[in-house]
Amino acid sequence: MKQVIFDENLCKSCELCVEACPKHIIEMDQDRLNVKGYHPAMIKPENMEKCISCGFCAIMCPDTVITVIK
Amino acid sequence: MAVVFQKTKGLTDVPFHYCPGCTHGIVHRLVAEVMEELGVLDKAIGVAPVGCAVFAYEYFNCDMQEAAHGRAPAVATGIKRVHPDKVVFTYQGDGDLAAIGTAETVHAAARGENITVIFINNAIYGMTGGQMAPTSLIEQETLTTPYGRKPENNGYPVKMCEMLSTLDGASYIERVSVYDVKHVLQAKKAIKNAFTAQLNKKGFSMIEVLSSCPTNWGLSPNEALKWIKDNMEPYYPLGVYKNTLEEAK
Amino acid sequence: MAKVLMKGNEALAEAAIQAGCRHYFGYPITPQNEVTAYMAKRMPEVGGVFLQAESEVSAINMVYGAGGAGARVLITSSSPGISLMQEGISYIAGAEVPCVIANIMRGGPGLGGIQPSQSDYFQATKGGGHGDYKLIVLAPSTIQEMADLVQQAFDIADKYRNPVMILGDGMLGQMMEPVDFDNIKKGENHISEKTWATTGMGTRKKKNIINSLELDPQMLEKHNIELFNKYEKASKEEVRYEMINCEDAEIILVAYGTIARVAKNVIELAKRENIKVGLIRPISLWPFPVEPFEKTVDHVKGYLSIEMSMGQMVEDVKLAVNGRKPVYFYGRAGGMVPEPAAILEEIRKISGGAK
Repeated sequence: MKQVIFDENLCKSCELCVEACPKHIIEMDQDRLNVKGYHPAMIKPENMEKCISCGFCAIMCPDTVITVIK
Repeated sequence: MAVVFQKTKGLTDVPFHYCPGCTHGIVHRLVAEVMEELGVLDKAIGVAPVGCAVFAYEYFNCDMQEAAHGRAPAVATGIKRVHPDKVVFTYQGDGDLAAIGTAETVHAAARGENITVIFINNAIYGMTGGQMAPTSLIEQETLTTPYGRKPENNGYPVKMCEMLSTLDGASYIERVSVYDVKHVLQAKKAIKNAFTAQLNKKGFSMIEVLSSCPTNWGLSPNEALKWIKDNMEPYYPLGVYKNTLEEAK
Repeated sequence: MAKVLMKGNEALAEAAIQAGCRHYFGYPITPQNEVTAYMAKRMPEVGGVFLQAESEVSAINMVYGAGGAGARVLITSSSPGISLMQEGISYIAGAEVPCVIANIMRGGPGLGGIQPSQSDYFQATKGGGHGDYKLIVLAPSTIQEMADLVQQAFDIADKYRNPVMILGDGMLGQMMEPVDFDNIKKGENHISEKTWATTGMGTRKKKNIINSLELDPQMLEKHNIELFNKYEKASKEEVRYEMINCEDAEIILVAYGTIARVAKNVIELAKRENIKVGLIRPISLWPFPVEPFEKTVDHVKGYLSIEMSMGQMVEDVKLAVNGRKPVYFYGRAGGMVPEPAAILEEIRKISGGAK
């Protein structure tokens, strides 16, 4: 099962992943703050099926927040 | 189930202190991935600069030395002359490499020291609050060029790849960027070539990475990446400036 | 091997090689150019590295790198070059990297001259570089002693993980005397014993970091205190000095390096005029030997510090004497060497005329 795992306490909300994702399924979780005080990146469960496991998000992330599993 | 992307063993678990969207994080990871993939983590010794990356010694999973500002290539020379069989690299910003450390940079290249230099060019001094760098562009506003950099007062930006490629001791010099996925992947290839040049004892290798400083440029992280492409790349063309790896064949 | 007639600079270099030093970084500057020339020839003979750097700034940083990677490293220079190295020396001390630095002093300040001087005493013993640190400073007086002290310097540097300075001058560097290398201790560079060095992790689980940065003030203070615990130990164990004719001396000369040799001659001259003159010759300038002053302050009339400077060591003499007896100074600068007759005249003045 494909997964995109966000180690959300490392996320600084820079949104490089948002821009990089070709399917535009990454967003910053406006309902929560991580331990640093940022809105962490996330993919809504219903959007996960659109993920093509390209890994672009992880490639652009400067903080190794993202793990991509196909 | 296959892992498409996971964090490299070349980085420790210490979280990066860099600003949100700072490309230091991307480049650190590429260097760490390359060292892991080449299987040289257990024989790598890195030299950290003075600048935003001053804590680089916390992030790479190998022995590290902290250098004085600009002196990393000299420190790396000392280490490499004691341990010629180890992989020695420096990681430096534009003030470290192209201002205070120009002599150390030029002469390490001239001597053909078998070290690999990672040069982060973001056209500004980050750590100290946004002053002009030798690589700041004409008319670029910085803390010490509030009216824009003027050639009459501050001269012209310095092109390190072009300059160093004139030296016979330089074996692999390439300028890359990390402003999108395609360029990040190309940057990683370049870094791998640079470390390979060292492993093949070809001489001095340097990868100049056009990078961003969202905080001091006053831009969002994504806007800053675009600024690299629109403003820096025309002045600092990407590409290979010196390559003696081919001649080995 | 019989005694060899050698220039001081060359004996310095050879002594380092025999102490196991296989890495030398330097830059040309008069009056120590013989060291770089000798090392350029000799290092390849022993499979070592000689590298002429682009500047003293670069060279001292190569020393930092090499020393941090576990090697026994030597660097030599003269006064203006040592000034350039101060940042590097502060980093070396702060990061606890062992190394040996030799300053073959010349006249200053600024570009100065190429004749000998002792005007870098403050630079060597009171800092030079920024921050709270100490160099262990040794001052030879003969070329044989130069060779001996260079050998000891490498051991001391490794013992404390601190830079050690050999303070010589242009006369010592340039003159020739017989040196016996057979009877001095040899040394070796045991990199593998330096478990703190950056040698590449290999099978080591924990990485080594050579560093002097600490942003947390509590931790930085702790580090400074740890450094000073080392210096405390060194100030007890690394004191070296010579005393000549001090037991019933009326006036005691204080001199180091080549000037101590001049002072020894003056003792003889003064004897002929019935003035009892002794000599305290500090060999370690840091830690400065306080003991010989304690031993003599009660019976002596006064001390005369003689230096090739405008008066630097004399301040440490005053500190050691602590106001109990007068301390006088006689010095020459610019490369001029104090002459026995002139020193004798000073002695006469102090003692109240010849008897």
